[in-house]
Amino acid sequence: MTAVIDVHELTRRFGRFTAVDAISFDVKAGEVFGFLGANGAGKTTAIKMLIGLLVPTSGRASVAGFDVLTRAEDVRRHIGYMSQRFSLYEDLTVRENITLYGGIYGLSDAEIRGRGDALIEGLGLGHASLERVAALPLGWKQKLAFSVALLHRPAVVFLDEPTSGVDPITRRQFWEMIYAAAARGTTVFVTTHYLDEAEYCDRVSIMVDGRIGALGTPDELKREYSDATLEEVFVRLARPAA
Amino acid sequence: MRALRFLLRKEFLQIFRDHVILGMLFVMPLGQLLILANAATFEVRSARLYVVDHDHTPASRGLTDRLAASGRFVLTAASPSSARADQAMLARQTDAILVIPTGFERDLVRQRRAEVQFILNAEDGAAAGVLQSYASRIFAAYSAELSARVTPTLASISARADLPPRRGGPIIEIRRRGWYNPELEYLDFMVPGILVVLVTVVGTLLTAMNIVREKEAGTLDQLNVTPIRRSTFIAAKLIPLWSLALLDLALGLILAHFAFGVPVRGSLGLVFGGAAIYLLAALGVGLWISTIAETQQQAMFVTFSIVMIYLLMSGLFTPVRGMPVWAQWAAQLNPVTHFIRLIRTVLLKGAGPADVAPQLAMLAAIGGVVLTLAVRQYRKRAA
Amino acid sequence: MNTTALAAFMTKEVRHILRDRQTLTILLLLPLAMVVLFGYALRSDVNEVRLALVDPAPDYATAALRGRFAGNDRFRIVATPATTAKLEPLFRRGDVDVAIVFEPGFAARLAEGTSARLLLVGDASDPNTGSTMQAYATAVIAGYQAELGSAGAGVQIVSRTRMRYNPTLESVNLFVPGLIALVLTLVSALMTAISLSREKERGTLEVLLVSPLRPWQIILGKVLPYLLLAFVNVVTALLAAWVVFRVPFRGSLPLLLVASMLYSLVSLALGVLVAAVTTSQRAAMIGALVGTMLPNELLSGMIFPISSMPDWLRPVTAVIPARWFIVIARGIMLKGVGLEYLWRAHLVLLLMLAVFLALAIRSFRPRLA
Repeated sequence: MTAVIDVHELTRRFGRFTAVDAISFDVKAGEVFGFLGANGAGKTTAIKMLIGLLVPTSGRASVAGFDVLTRAEDVRRHIGYMSQRFSLYEDLTVRENITLYGGIYGLSDAEIRGRGDALIEGLGLGHASLERVAALPLGWKQKLAFSVALLHRPAVVFLDEPTSGVDPITRRQFWEMIYAAAARGTTVFVTTHYLDEAEYCDRVSIMVDGRIGALGTPDELKREYSDATLEEVFVRLARPAA
Repeated sequence: MRALRFLLRKEFLQIFRDHVILGMLFVMPLGQLLILANAATFEVRSARLYVVDHDHTPASRGLTDRLAASGRFVLTAASPSSARADQAMLARQTDAILVIPTGFERDLVRQRRAEVQFILNAEDGAAAGVLQSYASRIFAAYSAELSARVTPTLASISARADLPPRRGGPIIEIRRRGWYNPELEYLDFMVPGILVVLVTVVGTLLTAMNIVREKEAGTLDQLNVTPIRRSTFIAAKLIPLWSLALLDLALGLILAHFAFGVPVRGSLGLVFGGAAIYLLAALGVGLWISTIAETQQQAMFVTFSIVMIYLLMSGLFTPVRGMPVWAQWAAQLNPVTHFIRLIRTVLLKGAGPADVAPQLAMLAAIGGVVLTLAVRQYRKRAA
Repeated sequence: MNTTALAAFMTKEVRHILRDRQTLTILLLLPLAMVVLFGYALRSDVNEVRLALVDPAPDYATAALRGRFAGNDRFRIVATPATTAKLEPLFRRGDVDVAIVFEPGFAARLAEGTSARLLLVGDASDPNTGSTMQAYATAVIAGYQAELGSAGAGVQIVSRTRMRYNPTLESVNLFVPGLIALVLTLVSALMTAISLSREKERGTLEVLLVSPLRPWQIILGKVLPYLLLAFVNVVTALLAAWVVFRVPFRGSLPLLLVASMLYSLVSLALGVLVAAVTTSQRAAMIGALVGTMLPNELLSGMIFPISSMPDWLRPVTAVIPARWFIVIARGIMLKGVGLEYLWRAHLVLLLMLAVFLALAIRSFRPRLA
């Protein structure tokens, strides 16, 4: 399988502080890749470089086959993003947000309508589609944001802590949606603090102090460190740094 | 370009759902125009006069009567004490003091020349100068009247054009015309300017806070990861407020014409054409600030400081030509200066495109520069 | 009373302010910049009158008058069109301020003792400068006439005119008090409104309200640092005005400083009130800004004299705090008077302070109820 995300010695410095220190990894098409790390380990900085919000200091990376430094615009066309902070427009309705992003990504009017309908029905938001997003509870907002990120059927979708603050049932539903997307061939690059969720991923990496401390499938990592759960692996790796 | 359509839709939806913005855009400027248009005048109404007459002769009383009869001065007190008059002025109970010394009439008859003291309260500035010129005219007219009585064969130096010509000395008769504003209506002059000010302040503020607000809300990043072009983004931010500001201006002009009687002697099309370009420049500055500022508070502060400087240096309140040379040069960079000049000359003087071409050119140039800066400054990707 | 809590709160506020370098710089430098800038640039005076002369039949008299104008620094002859019709475009483009059109046979008529006529056309679109410029032109003409007929001239009343408190009619002397008011309003009303509404929006205000701090203590803690800032601003502005422009200072400096602080407090209270009644930071900002600054500039007497306003509007200006401060500031700086004449203005400000504060504190109370 081809690498949809290919990262080689990617580095980002802020003055004398090195937030991301020459990380290298790759993610294959259709994978659900968990990008873990403690707060301040450099995860968000790394993601921002991959999605074109931050210029790398050195190293290279390519997403969906395009170099993030030189072909950023092409990268943007092929990715979806769901940020940690809810970033759809709260003063617009569900339908209006969908229409906006559909249009921005170049979908035709018919596509916008069709996919919009499907999205709304799929989420069970039929009754609320004409309501302002601000009125939705948090869990619904997150699911909506995720769905909108997928609207234009990108090759890769980046999710930054998509389930924080959300109840367990919604979390479960969320992961069902992630699996469904992966099954369709979308690569899912997700960060999370919930390590039980991390067990659902195909592979995970754990960032420690700007470096990749571990990389592999959940089972591989548990075997390597002789821990029963990923949480124990994580704590073992991340603790000396904390 | 299609993306622009969708972005515009979103911007308009957001504006129309936001009562605060709508209130600011329409209620505030128009409401304030109504009040402030009445306030913005240097016209001097009747001034209170305190007379200290030491002479008590027909001549001195005649002078006092002339001043009172002119309608410009209201006799509020008379006393033999200068000290009391001074106190009254300190206590803001009088605006002017006339002191007529003893021997006034005697000097007029014997020496053909007499002095009086005229003291004005210059605390509030401009009024004093205007009062002085009123008074000068009255003194001169009274002088002429007395001259005619004292030496009937001599002509008088006066501004009263209705005096019949007499043999004797030379007379220059001055016919006056005040063009464009014969009634010296302050409203005609100030209202268009105030309207421009109000629309500019509101428009620039709102534009400046716009991008920063998305930054603060977190929705800006979501847009930055999309393939939207920078110019598209800036255009989407500019066009909605620009069109609403233009509408605002139109409403204001209607109000100005029908409520205040401001004349419309030139082409309205020219005014709006100029306004369209002007607003691009003015709002463009707001946008540019928005791309630099980190928080709404910063955006607001910087915008306000700049807008305030604009306004005070634009020739709205004080003439540009009265400013020192360096300030006049700075005023050339100020879009408000050019637009106010344009709107005044078109509305009051009926100026045509050729007459205001320099202003249009400057506005277009400033707008071009500012918008280019805004587009350049806006980076989707942090360095 | 919990003084340590209040002290801790104020310390936090001060740190907050100090940390926002950008805003702080603007707040400190702005008054300085404004005084200097406006002092130099804002003049109501007329420097130069651009003159056009239409002289279809020149003779010695018209030449003499033309010479008078040419030799007068106040005037600059910019055009000599052949006909009156050619004047119109010049005025329209704004190239000419005043035009004089001589009647043919000017000198002849003067000599025979009949009135020689000339037409004085002024651009009156700006009524203020328009009449001033016409007056200058009239003065030159009158001077010439007086010279011609100086033998056996008529009676003359000469007035020695004195402009009290501002003899040279220096515009800057008038603007400085108003500028100080403007700056104080900016710092006080605006900053407080923003600071308070930001806490409201973020939710940190609720945390404060459930703490042992009472509402008035919260308001006090918020307000005092800005009061200090305002004080610094006043001193800076006054120094700049005095050093750069020699603006007179005939009265009591301590009284002016006290009055400035009083005015600041009123503005601060107003800022708190604005924050209390608005629902978002943005609305508070805009409300404080457009609601206080614009009326301040136009209705406070800073630029346009209140005596010029229509009768119905004058009482309205009484509710604008800046108006009273300007009376005080001008009184102290230009007239050198003290409380004996200014007590009423001070009283009004105190009253406004009480009212705004009461309203502000009341609006915060329901939250605890």
